[in-house]
Amino acid sequence: MTGRTAYVVGAAHTPFGEAWDKSYRHLMTDAGLAAIQDAGVQGEDIDEVFVGTMSTGKLVGQEHVASLLLDGAGLADQHLPATRIEAAGASGGLAFRQGVQAIRSGAADVVVVGGLEKMTDVSDADQAAVTASGIDQEWEHFFGATDAALHALIAKRHMARYGTTREQLAAVAVKNHAHGARNPLAQFRRPITEETVLRAPPVAEPLGMFDCAPTSDGAACVVLCSDAVVDSYGGKAVQVSGSGQASDTLSLSDRADLTSWRATEHAARRAYQEAGVSVADVDVAEVHDAYTITELLAVEDLGFVKKGEGGPATVEGRTGDGGDVVVNPSGGLKARGHPVGATGIAQVCELTWHLRGTASDRQVKDARIGVAHNTGGTGATAVVHVLEGVQ
Amino acid sequence: MTVPRFWREIPQRYNLQASKCGACDAIHYPPRTVCPECRRASIGNLEEVKLSGRGTVLESTRVHKAAPGYEAQVPYTLALIQTEEGPVITGQVVDHDGRAVSAGDDVRAVFRRLGEDGDAGVIYYGTKWVLA
Amino acid sequence: MAVGIISYGAYVPRYRIRSEEIARIWGDDANIGRALNVHEKSVPGADEDVATISVEAARQAMRRAPTGPDDVGAIYVGSESHPYAVKPTGTIVQAAIDAGPYLTMADYEFACKAGTAALQTGMGLVQSGMAKTVLAIGTDTSQGAPRNALEYSASAGGAAFLLGAERKHILAELHHTVSFTTDTPDFWRREGQKYPSHGERFTGTPAYFRHVEAASQRLMEDQKTKPDDYDHCVFHQPNGKFPVNAARRLGFKEPQWRHGLLAPRIGNTYSGAALLGLANVLDHAEPGDRVFVCGYGSGAGSDAFDCTVTKNILNYDRSEAERLETRLADTTELDYAMYAKLRGKLVMGGNGA
Repeated sequence: MTGRTAYVVGAAHTPFGEAWDKSYRHLMTDAGLAAIQDAGVQGEDIDEVFVGTMSTGKLVGQEHVASLLLDGAGLADQHLPATRIEAAGASGGLAFRQGVQAIRSGAADVVVVGGLEKMTDVSDADQAAVTASGIDQEWEHFFGATDAALHALIAKRHMARYGTTREQLAAVAVKNHAHGARNPLAQFRRPITEETVLRAPPVAEPLGMFDCAPTSDGAACVVLCSDAVVDSYGGKAVQVSGSGQASDTLSLSDRADLTSWRATEHAARRAYQEAGVSVADVDVAEVHDAYTITELLAVEDLGFVKKGEGGPATVEGRTGDGGDVVVNPSGGLKARGHPVGATGIAQVCELTWHLRGTASDRQVKDARIGVAHNTGGTGATAVVHVLEGVQ
Repeated sequence: MTVPRFWREIPQRYNLQASKCGACDAIHYPPRTVCPECRRASIGNLEEVKLSGRGTVLESTRVHKAAPGYEAQVPYTLALIQTEEGPVITGQVVDHDGRAVSAGDDVRAVFRRLGEDGDAGVIYYGTKWVLA
Repeated sequence: MAVGIISYGAYVPRYRIRSEEIARIWGDDANIGRALNVHEKSVPGADEDVATISVEAARQAMRRAPTGPDDVGAIYVGSESHPYAVKPTGTIVQAAIDAGPYLTMADYEFACKAGTAALQTGMGLVQSGMAKTVLAIGTDTSQGAPRNALEYSASAGGAAFLLGAERKHILAELHHTVSFTTDTPDFWRREGQKYPSHGERFTGTPAYFRHVEAASQRLMEDQKTKPDDYDHCVFHQPNGKFPVNAARRLGFKEPQWRHGLLAPRIGNTYSGAALLGLANVLDHAEPGDRVFVCGYGSGAGSDAFDCTVTKNILNYDRSEAERLETRLADTTELDYAMYAKLRGKLVMGGNGA
């Protein structure tokens, strides 16, 4: 890559979970102000704002949220360009990429990127409808499919094709809950056992309740800046060295292979190429484990392990603490929580902290290169970023 | 679902109406406006065809947390159906009480209720599948 | 001009509940099934209704038909349990068999004889030349109130008959039909009521037997036939007892109803009952077999038919897979709790509604 480089200079997210006393505006303002403070930027410094959110329309009855949220942060009088980005579960990651591109293009020197979802103001049924709106409404959902059911079909195919076991799926949840236990911002901070996962109520076989990310409230925010101004934000910068995004058929039924997400493969290839890194260089990754099976797909499609080896690799600890690449040190979507639009930004926050060396007792040792991987639906959108610590 | 949204796709839902590319003969369900293989060469060159309703189960799952309207049928079986003409269709396999549904099982299309807009609203009909 | 059945289809849902199981819930005599001659009855699945059953029967009829959907000039669906109070079931059938849009239709209701009324209308349209072929369907997913006697019999099923005039296509020629109709309130369902009401023993002599016997006798007088002339007889079957009694009183004998009497196995499919009996007879009939059919609908009326099976039946697809008996052999037994859930007899409230 030639030309301008984007850096993350500020990162923050709210605690994820059930935020009964916070509205979506308050959540976003909390995360936004914390990130701006972390970066040390002033309102006057900001050139542009992006916010990733999947479904404020259905969850809080509000569209047109980018301007509204900027106003909430007290920045309406700056009259900044503010844009909302949506791609189901990948909304946050895509918003982040928009920020990176605004910097790289020269259109902006300082960009604030937020992500949020306020999911607990509505009934379980309405939450499920939102989750399902990331799959094909007319040709999947209407015929009885749910997001979990489609992921269950993927899991069964993966099991049939690669011999992946139920216990290997459970190992993903066990690992991520163990990680989440050390993350003060995580929704679930209690380790669980394999038995807990296996005995949980079924959702769509073979997936049970502990194979699925929870419903969460939360907001996350990062501040990006260009190389032109990065020196003003001394010492805390993390370089965005690669950014890749790709898409695939919305319907799972249109895929020739259910067990690989081509969008992830293409996004990763582009991001690694831009960054000039090889997959062996990656120390830490935040991947999209909306279901246990999706982490297995992610570590395979991102190239951390060979295709089909996601299950054994997880059981052997190759993706855990002290492994070849530490996957989801935050607890992932599974334990940190999954306020949909916030997830992609929270992933960048987590990597930023590890690459700065400030992730306290869950710090990945000597973390230098991190990968963020955020997907939507059954992998119809994937976005991958490579972040590098700046020494 | 809403009435106009359902109504305009009745042929596809009741009778598995698909599209066939005049350039490469590939069949797609739901019907497409452009063939993803032939793209420009297929424009204006797609014809309507009806699928036979015969297929095999590619993969299936028992769903315990239902999609809206399917609550009373929990647990129900959702499958990817490989139709004999080529397209793969997502659908519910019904009436298989006591028999497990497995990849490779032959199925055929049946006509069932898919949902309704509450007690007073329109009833939506369409295709489900039974073991053949 | 001749008119007859050129194709047909039949559908009965796979679920069954036994009479003893219903009796167990309400503390009734466990032998009530024997008294009614209804041992078990069919129950529709959670996603089945009169439209889906009609479509399955109509599709089977069209799949085996010598003519296509473009020739269908009219569709009549008779039922007392149409899924809509206002909006025809027939249009759903039409779309599902790809017929029309240049055809005429209306939904029929005449308690249990709406299906035979559809058949008569079809005969008239075909014989007059107004329609090349007509699809006549009788289907119900009838309900009996919990603990009501009807609960032992009210069941689900339907049959579709495609009528045409071309001799080379006719499987069973319909020679004649007679109806006998009076204002007799033996059974009814008021607008907005979920379950029907009935006159209990009044439904017998002044209602079922009077109408069935009058229509049957007039038909045989007109045709100069007697019960012995028929190889098969089919009567409306609100239970397994009434049709046997009516047949005997008219002079029919045991083997004549062996294929036409399905109530002991599936209960009363209302508008589908006589037509399903006729479909099963046609599944078994030989060329030259003469068939007597008499439907009955409360309110009240009877439609009687005289028909003869032709040699075309030998070239018609009556393979194992297409036969009603094959479908009736593959069933799933329900307990009362599951039956109550499927039939919407559980009172739902709060978030469960």
